[in-house]
Amino acid sequence: MRIPFSLKLAWREGRSSARQIGVYMLSITLGVGALVAIHSFRDDVTRSVENEARSILGADLRFSRGSAHSDSVRAVVDSLVGVGADVAEVTDLVSMVFANRSQATRLLQIRAVEPGFPFYGRVTTDPAGEWERLGHDGTALVDEAVLIQLDLEIGDTVSVGQSRFTIAGTVAGLPTDLGFQAAVGPRIYFPLSELEATGLLTFGSLARYHLFLRLPEAVDGEEVDDTYRTLFRSQSVQATTAAEQADDLTQGTEILGRFLGLIGLAALLLGGIGVASAIHVYVKDKLTSVAVLRCIGARQRTVFIAYLVQAAILGAAGAGLGVVFGLAVQRLLPAFVTEVLPVDIATSVNLKAVGAGLALGMWVAVIFALIPLLAVRDVAPLQALRRGFEPERRRLRPDRLIAYAALLGSIVFLCVLEAPEPEMGLGFAAALATTLLLLWLAARVLMALTRRYFPKRSSYPVRQGVANLFRPRNQTVAVTLALGFGAFLIGSIVLLQGHLRNQLAFDEGVDQPNLLLFDLQPEQRVDVLDLVAEASEGEPLVVPLVTARIAAINDVRTAELMADTVGVRRSRWALRRTYRNTYRAELTDAEELLAGRWWDDEGGTGAEGASDGPPLPRISIEDDVARNLGVGVGDRITWDIQGREIRTRIASRRSVDWSRFEPNFYVVFEPGALDDAPQTLLAFARVTDPERRAVLQRDIVRAFPNVSVLDIALVQQTLDTILGKVNAAIRFLALFAAIGGTLVLIGALATSRFQRMRESALLKTLGARRRQILRILFTEYLALGILAGLSGLLLGTAGTWGLVHFVFDGDFRPSAAPVLALWAGVASLTVVVGLAGSRSVLRRTPLAALREETE
Amino acid sequence: MIVAEGLGKTYTSGGRPLTVLRDVDLEVDPEAFVAILGPSGSGKTTLLGLLAGLDQPSAGTVLLDGQDLTRLTEDERAQFRAENVGFVFQTFHLLPTLTALENVLVPIELRGARPGRNGAGPHDRAVSLLERVGLGDRLDHYPAQLSGGEQQRVALARAFANEPKILFADEPTGNLDAETGATVIELMEELNREARTTLVLVTHDMSLADRARRVIRLHGGRVVSDDRVDPAPAGPVAGP
Repeated sequence: MRIPFSLKLAWREGRSSARQIGVYMLSITLGVGALVAIHSFRDDVTRSVENEARSILGADLRFSRGSAHSDSVRAVVDSLVGVGADVAEVTDLVSMVFANRSQATRLLQIRAVEPGFPFYGRVTTDPAGEWERLGHDGTALVDEAVLIQLDLEIGDTVSVGQSRFTIAGTVAGLPTDLGFQAAVGPRIYFPLSELEATGLLTFGSLARYHLFLRLPEAVDGEEVDDTYRTLFRSQSVQATTAAEQADDLTQGTEILGRFLGLIGLAALLLGGIGVASAIHVYVKDKLTSVAVLRCIGARQRTVFIAYLVQAAILGAAGAGLGVVFGLAVQRLLPAFVTEVLPVDIATSVNLKAVGAGLALGMWVAVIFALIPLLAVRDVAPLQALRRGFEPERRRLRPDRLIAYAALLGSIVFLCVLEAPEPEMGLGFAAALATTLLLLWLAARVLMALTRRYFPKRSSYPVRQGVANLFRPRNQTVAVTLALGFGAFLIGSIVLLQGHLRNQLAFDEGVDQPNLLLFDLQPEQRVDVLDLVAEASEGEPLVVPLVTARIAAINDVRTAELMADTVGVRRSRWALRRTYRNTYRAELTDAEELLAGRWWDDEGGTGAEGASDGPPLPRISIEDDVARNLGVGVGDRITWDIQGREIRTRIASRRSVDWSRFEPNFYVVFEPGALDDAPQTLLAFARVTDPERRAVLQRDIVRAFPNVSVLDIALVQQTLDTILGKVNAAIRFLALFAAIGGTLVLIGALATSRFQRMRESALLKTLGARRRQILRILFTEYLALGILAGLSGLLLGTAGTWGLVHFVFDGDFRPSAAPVLALWAGVASLTVVVGLAGSRSVLRRTPLAALREETE
Repeated sequence: MIVAEGLGKTYTSGGRPLTVLRDVDLEVDPEAFVAILGPSGSGKTTLLGLLAGLDQPSAGTVLLDGQDLTRLTEDERAQFRAENVGFVFQTFHLLPTLTALENVLVPIELRGARPGRNGAGPHDRAVSLLERVGLGDRLDHYPAQLSGGEQQRVALARAFANEPKILFADEPTGNLDAETGATVIELMEELNREARTTLVLVTHDMSLADRARRVIRLHGGRVVSDDRVDPAPAGPVAGP
């Protein structure tokens, strides 16, 4: 078989080029590694969760409801039991738990379970076998965290409402559990048969009632759900099959995985820029060889293909290394999700991900190498004879246009492929393109500005260094693109992370309440508040809570509204949900009136007559929910409050800043309208001293077992723990981007490295001292780093603002410190990488440097 | 002006020592015009580099204007060059990113001189030097926009920018056609006479060597002949 000359040439030339540009192929390695790891891991999660779907739910089917199940639903369950199904009931609620020996109290989640639950998967306890014995001799089990929080030992007793339980052991693993649930709300488990006696199921307590079903082979959970859908809807029963539960879980990881995939893709594209600049240097270096080859008869095509083959092979090598790296990372990833996923993630080599990684890596290497490689086709044989002979300026020829189109097309295609939705992929590609375009513009502007405001009076090295920014063959554009893009990516990640942190952090201001009392009954109000007032700073804030559902809008019943497909579009969610409403006289700081009038504006007694009847109580409705309900000021809403209906008129529409840690409501009634309605109270208080806080909680539990107290400081701690995990994952990604950015920076600076070395050698010959050369290089790299970093970070800040403002609908307040630190980091990195690259010139004698060039 | 004693240079090439210059003794008077001749690989450029302090000898010493270069650090040698030495290269070696004027200004600025308020002083001197070599109308051109002969004339102007005591030239006409080469050589001689500079040039161009007042021949890294001659009458100078 005859091997084409271009391939032989590729091989012979490649022996030396592997060493020269091989290192830049590492930038491909990182991107491919990230993608392979993320793709494989995504599959691992989906597979593991699907395999364990039934034990994740603990049953084949679950019916859940916010109040006790009705007879009609129970009849459905009975009919299923009749054909061989098993049923177990579980009720979840929260309540204060008091430890008798240590005298500690804590708000716990209560799971009252019937024997048999869970039907699938095994509950492990310490000591073993206690789950099966649960309830014998008045025992209860707790999550391990409870032992620590309540200072409990096995065998101690706790009071829950009016009952006492002996702690028999801890639950080490509940298959139906998301690991972090135990951290958010540690739980206590006891038999459902004991729940009644605790007296906790008073009116208004926030309990959730579950019926878990194990179905016989012949019955399909999906079909049951379909058959009774109308009944379940009307009763607000949520039916969940094992497959749906698994889907819910994997959907989360799927979306997260796709977001991570986009970041991986960005790393790969960043690597592509690295390859492009490396090939650019390489080609410049090879121009004479190419010219000689052309002199002795090589055709343009032959030479071009030879170099393209080299790029492909090196790209494949880089991608191969990336696959190995990715598979290694894949094995590390389960550690990040053990807390959030209920199943063990089994990692396995995913051939599809490996193949895709290799193909993507090679493709990106070739497509990015293409444009600089086209320069090879421009080499005239004459260049072999006349150094410095300049071929005709490059024009936009068809091959160049095709190369650019292919590059652009590839980027868009890859973005769409990786993104959760095609539109998002297009948006991402557009954002990438805009960023690069803006960076390019920034570089041009910077060059113009340095030329315009040139520091004419400073010392020679500074002037020379600054002048290098805009002189011919400057590296300003290349470095600004590479470095700016890296800074943009990392800056965005860091800022977004900071924003999320701020969002989830409670305001720790001195005036902020840190204790939340709920399930308070109106008749307990005076006694409880007396107790609280003794310990708290300032007056406790009390908010009434009235649970209601919408019965009708403008006198049209909800069921009719939902059946109506022609009229005003109203969201089913908004029509069906349970509203927790309140009544008060004033607007809060978090609210802003958008339309209509608040009650006190009108003076009067308040209630105003509807045109066709007696005066209606007025309400104020939140903007979003008003839009979902398709209502506005003047519309009438009829509320169903525990079976009693109240007609109201919308008097105003208002916006609410939900991010504030304050009791906020969709619907606020005017005072007086709900005074006699069944209600519970929320109370907010501030007790700064943790010990007094603990004592107050204990006293409340003793005197009022039905009242629950949430210690917000403790919740914050728990949130911090979870956020720590998320932050670790984000930092991990930022590290990827940082390493990628550094590699690309090295590549970009290498484009002009030989030229700077030549210049420095010449300057030395003309009498420049080491210090002067160092100062020239230092000035140039520092200026580049400062300007490129600034452009990238400004764009990153603007981008994050856009994301937070338009996508997350939040209020973006960037903190300056991390951005400034990043800026300094980028600038120093540029100086260090730049000077490290020029090390050899400072070491060698000028004669050696000059000779090398002549040769 | 130049005194070299026992000068030798050994490089390591392919893991083995390679001696390119051995035991060279040399003395050059002020305002002399010396040509160093020899075939490729005879050590001409190495000798020039050592005399100019661009590299350190493996053996022997070099005294330039009474200063022992082998005792100076790299930086001190650089500073000495900045003040006393000018260079002209075969491949011109202009800084491609600087204009003709800026290239000529480099040695002046390296010595620490700053342009005056209106660029007076160094600027005027650079301009007049470029006018002297016939490039008064190409001050703002970059090297790539100049022909080979023009680039070499910029290099000449740069070499004389600091009024050096010694001018070293390495095959200054090697990359030029005969006519351009002759113009450059005549210019170099004129400037040399005006500035009373010592001129040391390396060449294998016999006709160029004929114009020198002293011809040193190298072979295999040794001096094989050292002839002091009367300068040849002005005549045609041949390029390579």
